[in-house]
Amino acid sequence: MKTSYFPGCTLNTTAKGFDNALRASFAALGAELVELPEWNCCGATFPLLVDNMLDLAAPTRVLLAAQEQGDRLAIACTMCYNVIRRTNNRLRADADALEKLNYFIEDEYRGGVEVLDVLQILRDDVGFDAVKAAVKKPLTGLKVAAYYGCMVLRPPAEVAYDDPENPRALDDLLVALGAEPVEWPHKAECCGAYLAVKSQEATAEMSYRILSSAQRAGAQAIVTNCPLCQFNLDKQQLDMGHQHGGYNPIPVLYFSQLLGIALGLDTTDFGWERHYVDARPMLRERGHFA
Amino acid sequence: MTLDEIVVPPIQRVLIIGAGIAGMQAALDIANAGYEVVLVEREPSIGGRMAQLSETFPTLDCAQCILTPRTVEVGHHENIRLRTYSEVEAVEGDLGDFRVRIRRHAAYVNWDICTGCGLCQEKCPKRVVSDFERGVGKRKAIYTLSPQAVPNKPVIDRQSCIYFERGKCRACEKFCPVGAIDFEQEDAVVEERVGAIVVATGYDLYPLSLMGEYGYGEVPDVIDGLAFERLLSASGPTAGQVRRPSDGAEPKEVVFIQCAGSRDPERHKPYCSKICCMYTAKHAMLYKHKVHDGQAYVFYIDIRSAGKRYEEFVQRAMEEEHVLYVRGKVSRVFRENGKVMVWGTDTLSGRNVEVAADLVVLAPAMVPKAGAGAVAELLGLPTDEHGWFTAAEANFQPVETGRPGVFLAGAAVGPMDIPETVAQASGAAAKVLSLFARWSSEVTVT
Repeated sequence: MKTSYFPGCTLNTTAKGFDNALRASFAALGAELVELPEWNCCGATFPLLVDNMLDLAAPTRVLLAAQEQGDRLAIACTMCYNVIRRTNNRLRADADALEKLNYFIEDEYRGGVEVLDVLQILRDDVGFDAVKAAVKKPLTGLKVAAYYGCMVLRPPAEVAYDDPENPRALDDLLVALGAEPVEWPHKAECCGAYLAVKSQEATAEMSYRILSSAQRAGAQAIVTNCPLCQFNLDKQQLDMGHQHGGYNPIPVLYFSQLLGIALGLDTTDFGWERHYVDARPMLRERGHFA
Repeated sequence: MTLDEIVVPPIQRVLIIGAGIAGMQAALDIANAGYEVVLVEREPSIGGRMAQLSETFPTLDCAQCILTPRTVEVGHHENIRLRTYSEVEAVEGDLGDFRVRIRRHAAYVNWDICTGCGLCQEKCPKRVVSDFERGVGKRKAIYTLSPQAVPNKPVIDRQSCIYFERGKCRACEKFCPVGAIDFEQEDAVVEERVGAIVVATGYDLYPLSLMGEYGYGEVPDVIDGLAFERLLSASGPTAGQVRRPSDGAEPKEVVFIQCAGSRDPERHKPYCSKICCMYTAKHAMLYKHKVHDGQAYVFYIDIRSAGKRYEEFVQRAMEEEHVLYVRGKVSRVFRENGKVMVWGTDTLSGRNVEVAADLVVLAPAMVPKAGAGAVAELLGLPTDEHGWFTAAEANFQPVETGRPGVFLAGAAVGPMDIPETVAQASGAAAKVLSLFARWSSEVTVT
């Protein structure tokens, strides 16, 4: 099975490790992700005004590129997923909008592309049973807090492929990989996202609540599917000791990194050196890393 | 070709489906006017939701004290044929002559012999979670709903009974002084003929299992209003002491959340459930009466207290009982370290609020009673998209349906409080009596 794949700006640069681990894992599972030959930035935020059509132009061009390749588009960056999926919903529901945008971009998107999150493909098309069967190095004894962030869950009617109040896809994946997902109440709470640009204090606090909750629940690591969440939760920990005395950092990983380890793949280019809180010592200590 | 004249004597008897306060009021009005009433109730005893309440707003009358005189009157009335633990199975015919098939479920107790002594309930070894106690209390496999049940005769819940499960026990049979236990009893089907029907099937509360933001009903110390009512009630599972379900401790911080599922068109019910602002104020007040050093918080969107002396009642909760009213919704409730963490917001100050509560009481949306849909189908009555019965016309025919001879009363139609329910029931009764009065001579149909 091959699916057209839109990496987006972040997975192409600062989150390349996420991208590499993802492609390698999916290829190993027989669900190859084939990057679109041409693509552009999705714009990163879905417009808050209904009559803001210009912000829909970039995502529409992505859908157009996908249309050339087939009728399914896999996306890993949750913000890109959120924007492109909601744009697709709008174009499918509003013939007027579709006509305007097609006119503006001077092309014809027909509305036939299905926009999917890679985790959704893993769950529904590959199946966690198949993942489990392919695991060579189970992550036994690794307690992980699965963190979903906001973008794949809200607004639920538009983007959610999981229960927005208590999502399970990442947790179930972790079980398939042999790890132990912890029960914790902050799995779907906002990390602050791009508030990081405007207010460090706000994101620091929001991240702290999530990180401390995961640790109280017994997690040794947090796993996420969003590069911005990963950045916030990871980087904020560097200064967290100043505000919260005695704070212990905890690694924040991408699910594809753990997936790659469990599948026994070569993890050299999984981006370990990009993490602010290095995950390798913890993983090595628990025998999950060479 | 001419049509033959036939003379059809219309039957001056009424069937009332549901013996909560609406059904009971209509029954008493019609029975006191001299006509026969067949009152069918699904539960083993009558009284409906009010039998579960501790006190009523705005007077804080003891619910049982004002209800039981009426349940006793209904139970003894010579014109009321009370059929409890029964359900209407089929309805044929029309105005003036409805033929109704009623199934009385096997109770496995012979009610003609039973004296209501209660020994069987005492001796029964099997305890199960009680629906009447809304999950915060238990009952036995052989049970009456409450100490004031009318009729005061028990039924055996076959699903929970050890004898039916694996042939052992039979303690109730051993101890019954009059030999009323009958494990061979079967359902009994009877047919009644009536001239008119009143539907009074009542309401239920939106299930907590559908509200993920409040824990899906899986957090033990997050309960609904009716469950809190049972904790407050002197005849409830904690004898009226406020104790939280998880560890029986007396909660010192209680958070009440209004509009749990109401006024929420995106996720749950779009409508307002009318009674919750009032009963939440009542709950908060009664809580403070019982736990003097407790702190009560009420998270609200608006306060709807439109009835007579209702607004004054809510102000009393705020000013005299010092219940802390916070205007804002709660986004999440979850368990941590033995407390229930409540994340809400105070829109008037513009700040988010976090409360570490001992107990959370939700005021869920009111929904039609389970099984109302089946009754609607039996009678060919329309219901709206939420399952509430639709009146013939919202303004001037609130208790009539599109079907001649079939009337509505009470919360089966939509959220309403006790005074409104009783008024509606009398309205429906008046419609029935107006028919019966016209039928006192034979009617010629051509």
